Amino acid sequence: MNYLVNIFEFLGISSALFLLGLYGIFVLRKNLILVLVSIELILLAVNVNFIVFSVYLDDLMGQLFALYILTVAAAESAIGLAIIVIYYRLYGVIDINTINFLKS
Amino acid sequence: MYTLIIFLPLIAFFIVGFFGRYLGRIGSSIITTGSVTLSAIFSIIAFYNVAICKSTQLVSLLTWFAIYPLNIKWGFFFDTVTVTMLIVVTFISALVHLYSIEYMKNDPHLPRFMAYLSLFTFFMLMLVTGENMAIMFLGWEGVGLASYLLINFWHTRLQANKSAIKAIIVNRIGDFGLGLGMLAIFHIFHTLDFLTIFALTPSVVDAKLTFLNFEINSLDLISIFLFIGAVGKSAQLGLHTWLPDAMEGPTPVSALIHAATMVTAGIFVLVRCSPIIEYAKDALTIICIMGGLTAFFAATVGMLQNDMKRVIAYSTCSQLGYMAFACGMSAYSVSMFHLMNHAFFKALLFLGAGSVIHAMSDEQDMRRMGGLVRLLPLTYSVIFIGSLSLMGFPFLTGFYSKDLILEIASSYYTIEGRFVYWLGTISAFFTAFYSMRLLYLSFIARPNSSKIILEEVHEAPLFMAISLLILSIGSIFVGYVFKDAFVGLGTDFWNNSIYMQPHSIKTFDSEFIPANVKMIPVYFSLTGAFLSFVFYNFYPSILLNWNLTPFGIATYRFLNKRWYFDIIYNNYIVQHILKFGYKVTFKILDRGFIEYIGPYGLVNIIKTISIKMSTIQSGYIYHYAFIMVFSSVIIMFFIIYDLMNFKSGNGFIYDDFIIAALFLIFFSFSDYSLLAKRVASKK
Repeated sequence: MNYLVNIFEFLGISSALFLLGLYGIFVLRKNLILVLVSIELILLAVNVNFIVFSVYLDDLMGQLFALYILTVAAAESAIGLAIIVIYYRLYGVIDINTINFLKS
Repeated sequence: MYTLIIFLPLIAFFIVGFFGRYLGRIGSSIITTGSVTLSAIFSIIAFYNVAICKSTQLVSLLTWFAIYPLNIKWGFFFDTVTVTMLIVVTFISALVHLYSIEYMKNDPHLPRFMAYLSLFTFFMLMLVTGENMAIMFLGWEGVGLASYLLINFWHTRLQANKSAIKAIIVNRIGDFGLGLGMLAIFHIFHTLDFLTIFALTPSVVDAKLTFLNFEINSLDLISIFLFIGAVGKSAQLGLHTWLPDAMEGPTPVSALIHAATMVTAGIFVLVRCSPIIEYAKDALTIICIMGGLTAFFAATVGMLQNDMKRVIAYSTCSQLGYMAFACGMSAYSVSMFHLMNHAFFKALLFLGAGSVIHAMSDEQDMRRMGGLVRLLPLTYSVIFIGSLSLMGFPFLTGFYSKDLILEIASSYYTIEGRFVYWLGTISAFFTAFYSMRLLYLSFIARPNSSKIILEEVHEAPLFMAISLLILSIGSIFVGYVFKDAFVGLGTDFWNNSIYMQPHSIKTFDSEFIPANVKMIPVYFSLTGAFLSFVFYNFYPSILLNWNLTPFGIATYRFLNKRWYFDIIYNNYIVQHILKFGYKVTFKILDRGFIEYIGPYGLVNIIKTISIKMSTIQSGYIYHYAFIMVFSSVIIMFFIIYDLMNFKSGNGFIYDDFIIAALFLIFFSFSDYSLLAKRVASKK
C-alpha cells in the first residue's frame, strides 16, 4: 500500500467537492437545474470517497457501492430532470425563489 | 324540665318559623312569648334547685361524635353560673318578646321577627348551658347568626345589611380566637368537657405551648384566646365597632343583644373558664387593662353621641368594660353580679328608648326630641330609674355591683389595679354625665320636634308598659335582693362554679378600705350628673362657647366620631384588605399567576410556539435544504461532543446544549422564517 500513502489529499478533494455541492444547494437560487447539478456533484464526491477508501482498504465493496451509486445517480438525475421539465411545462419557470408550493 | 328550658324556644322557633303565616300575628306571638315565658318560669325553678338547694345538674342526652380522644356529647350542665345566666336570659328575653308584640305591631313580618327572637334565645341558652366547649361554641356561633338575622331584620335597608354584615364579621374575628382557644385546650387537655378541663388545670400550670415560634405558658395562651373571643362578642376595645352599628335593628333586638344575651356571652365565657384564667397571671393583666380601657373609651364616646340608642349602646360597651376588668381582677362573682344587674337596667333603658322612639314616630336623634316629660310620664320614670341605676345611684341595682367593682379595684394593689380604678372612676363620671344628658335632651329640654310629631305622641301601650314596669322593679331591687347571695361576705352561693385562688380574693380587702376612698366613685357620679344637668339647663352658652373654640371642635369631633376608630379601621385595615383581596389574590394570583401557568398561559405558549414552528415550513426549497444540513451538523456536533465528554466522564453539558438548541430552534428559526417571508414579499 505504499503507493497510496497520501490518502488525505484524495479525501480532501472529495470533501471539497461535497462541500461545494452543499454550497451549491444553499446558495444557488436561480435555477433548479443547478441544484440538480449540485446534487450530482455531491454524489460524485461520495463516489470518489468510496473508491478511495476501496483502494486504500483493499476492499471491493466500495467499488461495488460506487457502481450502484452511479446507477442511482443516473436514475435520480433522469427523474429529477423529468420533474423539472414537467414543472416548467406547468408553471413556465424554474426559478427557486418563486417555488414555494411545498407548503400546502 | 332542664331540657325544656333550652328547647322550648327552639320548638317555638320551628313552629313559628315554618307555620307563622298560618298562625298569624296573634298565634305566633302567643306561641313564642308563651314558650319563652314558660322557659323563664322553669329557669326560676332551676335556679331554686341548683343555686339555692345546691344540686348541680348534668343532663347528658346523646353522643354527638366520638373520635377516640375527642368525645362530644349533647350535654347540658347547670351550675350556679349557668342558672344565673338562665334567669337573666330567659327573663329579659320573655319581656322583650312581650314588648315586641306591641312594638312590632305594624310590621308585616312579625312572625318572622318573633321566630328569630326565639331562635336567639335558644342559642343563648345553649351557650350558657353547654357541658363542653363544642356545645358552647355552637351556641356562640348561633348567637352570632341570630344577631345577623335580627339586625338585618329590615333587610330592605342598606344600612341594616351593612351593619349586620359588620356585626357578624367582627364577631367572627373573635370566634376565630375562641376557636384557637378550643384547639389549644384540646391540645393540652385532650378533651373539651368543662368539668375535666377544670379538674386538670392545676396539673398543667407549667406546660408550655409553642405559638408562632414563641414559647408561651399554655394557660396564658388559652386564656388570651378565650379573651379574644370575649373581645369580639362582648365588644371590648378593638373589636367594639360592631356594637353601635348593631343599632340598625329594631329596638327590642338591641335590648336583647345588648342587655342580656349576646354581649354578656363573652363575659360569661371568662367567668365560666375562671378555673383556667385564674392560673394565667399575664392574661389576667391583659384582660384587666383592656377592660379598663374599654370602660373609659366607651364612656367618653357615649358622652357626645346624638343618637339615643347609640348613647345606650356605648354605655353597654362601657359597662362590659367594667365586667371585663372585674374578671381581670379575679372578681368573677362581682362581674357576674354586675352582668345580671346590668341586664335589667340596660334592658329597661333600651326598651324605654324604644318606647320614646315608638312615640316619636321613629325619631332617634336626641336633638330633635325634648319636652317629653309631660307627654310620656311612664317612659320618663322608667328611663330615669334605669339611668340612676346605670350611674350607680346609691341603693339602686347598679350601685351594688358597679361600686363594688370599683372598690375591689381600689383594693387591688397592683399597677393595673390602680390604672383601672382611676379609669373606672372617671368613666363613672362620664356615665353619669351622658345618662343625664340623655334624660335632659330627650325629656326635659324644650321641645325640638315638629308639632305634627308631638301631636302623635302616645304613652307606651299595655304590653310595652308591663315589660317596662317589671324591668324597672328589677332595676331597683335586683341588686339589693341578690347582693348577699352573689357577693356577700363568705357566701357559698357560687358553689364551686367559680374558682378564685386564695391569694387573689379581694372581697375582704375591699370591705375595709377607707370610707372616703369608697365614696369617690359615688362623688364622681353625682358630680357628673349634677354638672350635666346644670350645664345643659342653666349654662348652655358655656357649652356652646366651648364647642366653638378650635380645641372644642377638635374634641367634639374626636369623641363624636368615636376616637376615629371606624375611620382608622376603614382606611388603614379594611380598605387595604379589600385592595389586597382584589389586586393580589384575585388579579395577581387567581387571574394572573395561576392563569398564566395554568390553562390560559399554557394554551397561549403552545399556540405561539406551534405557530412559530409552523412558519419554519416556508415552502422554499432552500430553507428545507438549510434546515436539513444545519440539523445534521448540529446532531453530529452533539454526538461528537458527547463522545468527547463521555470519555472525560463529564456528560452533563450535553443537556445544556440540547436546551440551548431547542431554544434556538424555537425562537431563531421562526425569526429566520419570518425574515424569509419578508424577503419573499419584497420580491
